[in-house]
Amino acid sequence: MATPKPRVKLPKSAAAGEVVTIKTLISHEMESGQRKDKDGNVIPRKIINKFTCEFNGAPVFSCDIDPAVSANPYFEFSAKVNEAGTFKFTWVDDDGSVYTDEQKIDVK
Amino acid sequence: MKKRFSAMAVGAFVASAMAVTGAQADPVDDTLSIDGVEIITRTKAPEGLPFDEVYSGWLFREAETRATEADSFANPGMLSVERGEELWSMVDGSQGKSCASCHNDAAETMKGVGANYPKWDEDAKRPINIELQIDKCRVENMGAEAYKFDSEQQIALTSYIKHQSLGMPVSVDLSQGELQSWWDKGKQAYYTRTGQLNFSCASCHEDGLGKHIRADHLSQGQINGFPTYRFQQAAMVSLHSRFRGCIRDTRAEMPKAFSDQLMALELYVTWRGTGLSVETPAVRH
Repeated sequence: MATPKPRVKLPKSAAAGEVVTIKTLISHEMESGQRKDKDGNVIPRKIINKFTCEFNGAPVFSCDIDPAVSANPYFEFSAKVNEAGTFKFTWVDDDGSVYTDEQKIDVK
Repeated sequence: MKKRFSAMAVGAFVASAMAVTGAQADPVDDTLSIDGVEIITRTKAPEGLPFDEVYSGWLFREAETRATEADSFANPGMLSVERGEELWSMVDGSQGKSCASCHNDAAETMKGVGANYPKWDEDAKRPINIELQIDKCRVENMGAEAYKFDSEQQIALTSYIKHQSLGMPVSVDLSQGELQSWWDKGKQAYYTRTGQLNFSCASCHEDGLGKHIRADHLSQGQINGFPTYRFQQAAMVSLHSRFRGCIRDTRAEMPKAFSDQLMALELYVTWRGTGLSVETPAVRH
């Protein structure tokens, strides 16, 4: 599996006070830890266990993720934008890796 | 949703009585556009088919599944396409070349390619599809090894190449080489009953069209969206893997991927979808 690659989609600009839709997707195999390989050994769990979204440092959305979530987790949520700024997205992997993405938004 | 369970429209789709039981349901009345590209999901059938119109499998799926394909961001198959884009310019083999070394920008050079395969391979004296064409390039021009069947790279690169033809109508030129005789072989395979269940492709995709087998709404079995993202596997599924899966479900012995039998079937079934848009990567359940 290639290195997990985050993708984020949100508008480049919005009216002040507008509620925008944010879509996020990360490629990840989300190995549940409940499968066994051909020799009967448990395949170690490796999932994204936490996702957060911040706007100018303030939390917008966050969640803990458990093994039942499928591969390539996709999250869609909305946020009210009162000022221009930067959304920061963070995915935390079981092995300690952290994948991040940032996207700016202007206020018209 | 109620509309979908209305009686079958009068027309060529009056299916004959057969073993597959279940409610009848029409393909939905919906249109598909992906990133501004209009996708032809229903069109006049090529002459010789027992249908008036051919339908993309997209019209037979649930609203949520259809919406996932319509949004290229939400479509998990696009991850594979992006991976294919990486592979396109990745150097491999003894010649120090990548696909891009000869073919430059795939958006230009590969446009339309996915809509016009399989083609006739004069060297091998048999039809060639995208997967085999990639392997031929890798072995003969790059000095690299052929991809293993259904390797992640093979599916990704095939998806990337076919995606360059998104929206373009499928059309195969049967006048090349001996393609016509392979088409005949493919047609014969399509209508031959096999396996312990004694099913042919036509049992489900012609006679059973529009019916349900358990939770599955039977489509025409069109292949214009392959490789396809399937929720069942939560992964991209190649055409030959899907063929093998169908054949396994009839409890017959599965032919090998890219075998003569499956290449003939690919050619014939591709022809059955003449005029439908390439949808790669389609989303199905």
